[in-house]
Amino acid sequence: MTSVTDQPAGGLAESAVKDRAPPSSPVQKAPAPVGGPAPGERELRLDLFRGLALWLIFVDHLPPNLFTWLTIRNYGFSDATEIFIFISGYTAAFVYGRAMTDRGFVVASARILKRVWQIYVAHVFLFTIFLAEISYVATSFENPLYTEEMGILDFLKQPDVTIVQALLLKFRPVNMDVLPLYIVLMLFLPLILWLMQRKPDLTLGLSVVIYAITWEFDLNLPAYPNGVWFFNPFAWQLLFVFGAWCALGGARRMAPLLSSRILLGICIAYLLAAFFVTLTWHVPRLGHFVPRIIEQWMYPINKTDLDVLRFMHFLALAAVAVRFLPSNWPGLRSPWLKPAILCGQHSLEIFCLGVFLAFAGHFVLAEVSGGALIHVVVSLSGIVIMSAAAAVFSWYKRVAAKGGKDAKSAEANADLAGGGS
Amino acid sequence: MKAIAGLIALALLWSTVSAGADEAPPPPGCEVPANLLTTDNTLNKVAEAVKTEGRLDIMVIGSRSATVVAADGTGFPGRMEAALRDKLPTVKVNVNLQLQIKKTAGDVVHDLDHILEGKQPTLVIWQTGTVDAMRAVDPDDFRTAVDDGVTALKRQGADVVLMNLQYGPRMETMITTAPYLDVMRLVAQQHEAPLFDRFAIMHHWNETGQFDLFNNSRGIELAKRVHDCLGRALATFVIDAARIKPAELRTQQ
Repeated sequence: MTSVTDQPAGGLAESAVKDRAPPSSPVQKAPAPVGGPAPGERELRLDLFRGLALWLIFVDHLPPNLFTWLTIRNYGFSDATEIFIFISGYTAAFVYGRAMTDRGFVVASARILKRVWQIYVAHVFLFTIFLAEISYVATSFENPLYTEEMGILDFLKQPDVTIVQALLLKFRPVNMDVLPLYIVLMLFLPLILWLMQRKPDLTLGLSVVIYAITWEFDLNLPAYPNGVWFFNPFAWQLLFVFGAWCALGGARRMAPLLSSRILLGICIAYLLAAFFVTLTWHVPRLGHFVPRIIEQWMYPINKTDLDVLRFMHFLALAAVAVRFLPSNWPGLRSPWLKPAILCGQHSLEIFCLGVFLAFAGHFVLAEVSGGALIHVVVSLSGIVIMSAAAAVFSWYKRVAAKGGKDAKSAEANADLAGGGS
Repeated sequence: MKAIAGLIALALLWSTVSAGADEAPPPPGCEVPANLLTTDNTLNKVAEAVKTEGRLDIMVIGSRSATVVAADGTGFPGRMEAALRDKLPTVKVNVNLQLQIKKTAGDVVHDLDHILEGKQPTLVIWQTGTVDAMRAVDPDDFRTAVDDGVTALKRQGADVVLMNLQYGPRMETMITTAPYLDVMRLVAQQHEAPLFDRFAIMHHWNETGQFDLFNNSRGIELAKRVHDCLGRALATFVIDAARIKPAELRTQQ
């Protein structure tokens, strides 16, 4: 972390600078795109937060239980999805941006497309598992109390249509919305990166314009059998592009802003206000304290189109996190955070595992029909399994890297940012 | 030594058995936590009609989950009617069920004039959200529809109670309910209409083990009992929201 010493003294300003700028000296000397951590070094905070986001997504996908109260969506507008998409944009731009500088547009694009393919295959794999579970329920569950709801399984009567629609990413069952969003965003990454390396601010500006147009004209992609994509890619691209912009030098330029006390005050005030509003959802009696005019203006807080309030909430969270968690924070090396960091380093695998475990968790809860205790056990064991799997992946990468150092070097580098090759 | 240990074990066993005997399982009393049965929003028209006219005309607009097998007395609307007559013996209670099968909130609003034709209910209980959630209707459109519906019903001079989706543990991997529950809570709050939180109540029953909603059996007994409890809870909810005190009514007569 040589860059740390280059920074002016004064803990806060320093931490803000280090935060989003990749933590190595080349970044400080050369303009953004070529920067990257020296082998063996990585921005552990990104891994940590992505790992935590993956855990939270898993817990949010399970039926509500005690653990659900620990997830951030209960304390403000934004949730783990924002964190996941932002960090994905950041690391993808970081890894493939360097590839684009070193190897050129075509090679980098090819590698990005390979990654898109991997995510697509992962999505299809999860869909297959989902189909198996649903078919089981359809054949074994006939409680007349739920005759109406069982109508949802009518799609099983036309597997030909359903499966094709799933392959087209238009049919996305519950909890399977994030990967299609990720696929679409990654598909446009070569274009975003190409422009971002030349005109970063223009790219971010364009992204904002697309976001605004989306809101003005209600753009979205159609879903099957009806409706639209739950995560509207036209809106959510803003977070992804913003992540990329931060990775390619934006974070460094924002450092003075991030270290200002006024901004910190605004962020904390906003987070508190959001917390209070969220509280009124759980305790309706408090609702009377929210003025009617504000209510009319504020609601609905739209997740599909990434409401501005959600985006701002994420920004405020990020600003506060950057401020109070310097990248040389010793806790990042502590064994307690190691599991989350490991999960963040293998995000695609762990994400898929999380979705699978959520399905499995539902299934177990349905079969055991246990109380709160079983819920907690399922949540905890899910997190343990995710961490254990991440540890195995890390171990394997290390061993494989030792085996074929030269041949694998490109992939190992890519893996550093958790974006994989 | 062995004898003492054996005695202690016996004593322990005895104490647990007797404790179990003391806490005999409560009769199927459909317990619902008080906070799910109270609301800040009042049903003024209901209160007035009950006090001055001694009658209460209720219309239930519901989807398939408002019935057990057919539109007979076993669904929650019929059970509510029975419970209300029981609790308010001096009041003429009349419940009219308008089944809107496979219709979204938007469809129902579209047909509202037709549904209300020639009827003047004092209270409309609108059970909705299930079809919208199953078809993944855009939550924004759902919100507009529920909002329009409540506005139209109020314009007709009726009090409105909104009732949300059923909780079904096996449905959670198949139907995304959260946005629709949120919308209904929000619209209810904005119109100051009471929201009968069927989802939370059934969730509570499942958690506490009063009902095993995972149950696979095809029999309709469970469904009947659940609807009976829902009907009773709904009756209590309506009386509470109208701030009616059954005892006072009786002395007035």
